[in-house]
Amino acid sequence: MISLTHYLSLSAVLFGISVAGIFINRKNVILLLMCVELLLLAVNFNFIALSRFMGDTTGQVFVFFVLTVAAAESAIGLAILVVLFRTRRSINVQELDVLRG
Amino acid sequence: MITMIIFGFLATVLVGAGIGVITARNPVYSAIFLVLAFVTSAVLWLLLEAEFLAIVLVLVYVGAVMVLFLFVVMMLDVNIAAAREGFTRYAPIGAIVAGIVVFELLAVIWAKQSGLPVTAPLVTNPAGHSNTREIGLALYGDYVFEFELAAFILLLAIVVAIMLTLRSRPGLRTQDVAAQVKVRREDRVRLVKVPAETEP
Repeated sequence: MISLTHYLSLSAVLFGISVAGIFINRKNVILLLMCVELLLLAVNFNFIALSRFMGDTTGQVFVFFVLTVAAAESAIGLAILVVLFRTRRSINVQELDVLRG
Repeated sequence: MITMIIFGFLATVLVGAGIGVITARNPVYSAIFLVLAFVTSAVLWLLLEAEFLAIVLVLVYVGAVMVLFLFVVMMLDVNIAAAREGFTRYAPIGAIVAGIVVFELLAVIWAKQSGLPVTAPLVTNPAGHSNTREIGLALYGDYVFEFELAAFILLLAIVVAIMLTLRSRPGLRTQDVAAQVKVRREDRVRLVKVPAETEP
């Protein structure tokens, strides 16, 4: 029988994969955004599994809000990316040194 | 037993798709692997009887967000070779950090699995139970203010995305509606008093 442990373990592995992806693809902003989406998916997985196993709908409502905010975030992120590419002709993270932070 | 086999298969596909997202050479392949990951997660959520969110995930993510990603990936002429450089350099540190994160999470999950009420087996919903109705009652009842806030965040995202990418090129001969509306009679009409000509 599938228990909560199985779902949480799968979610943890997915979270680890996306963390590794953020380290590996640190040159490409598009892939960084995709890794953030994968990370949020892993977190949503936790919410839904716990919500179903504890019999509380609130977790699923929270996943709904996380999906909303993630969609808004990716839309704004991609808009910033398009503007960035238009001005710099590149999306390499290493070349984003205009602010000299 | 059959659900266990299905779960194992779906989990394998999900982990494989996740590894595909972070290691694919081409960003387009990464986006398509991400679509596979989202669809597999939606099926896993169906297995958990969270039907509404599974369908929302397919509609919103596969239908809208991933299409947006693919659109941007194909619109931007990204130099793939330059974006891939440093892959082998950062792969070990990424693997180490990810391994530590996964080990910590799994250690807590597996150590705490015994003797907690949350590890009770999944209570299957009776036939005719509507997951959508359940979420709708919570969303429009207890969380109606947060729901309106989420709608406002989406509106904000629309306005910000349009304002960021809107570009006005100079020297373009277009109608300026604001200037047309703003104009007054005094700006355009000039009354000139001309003395009447008289017969000589």
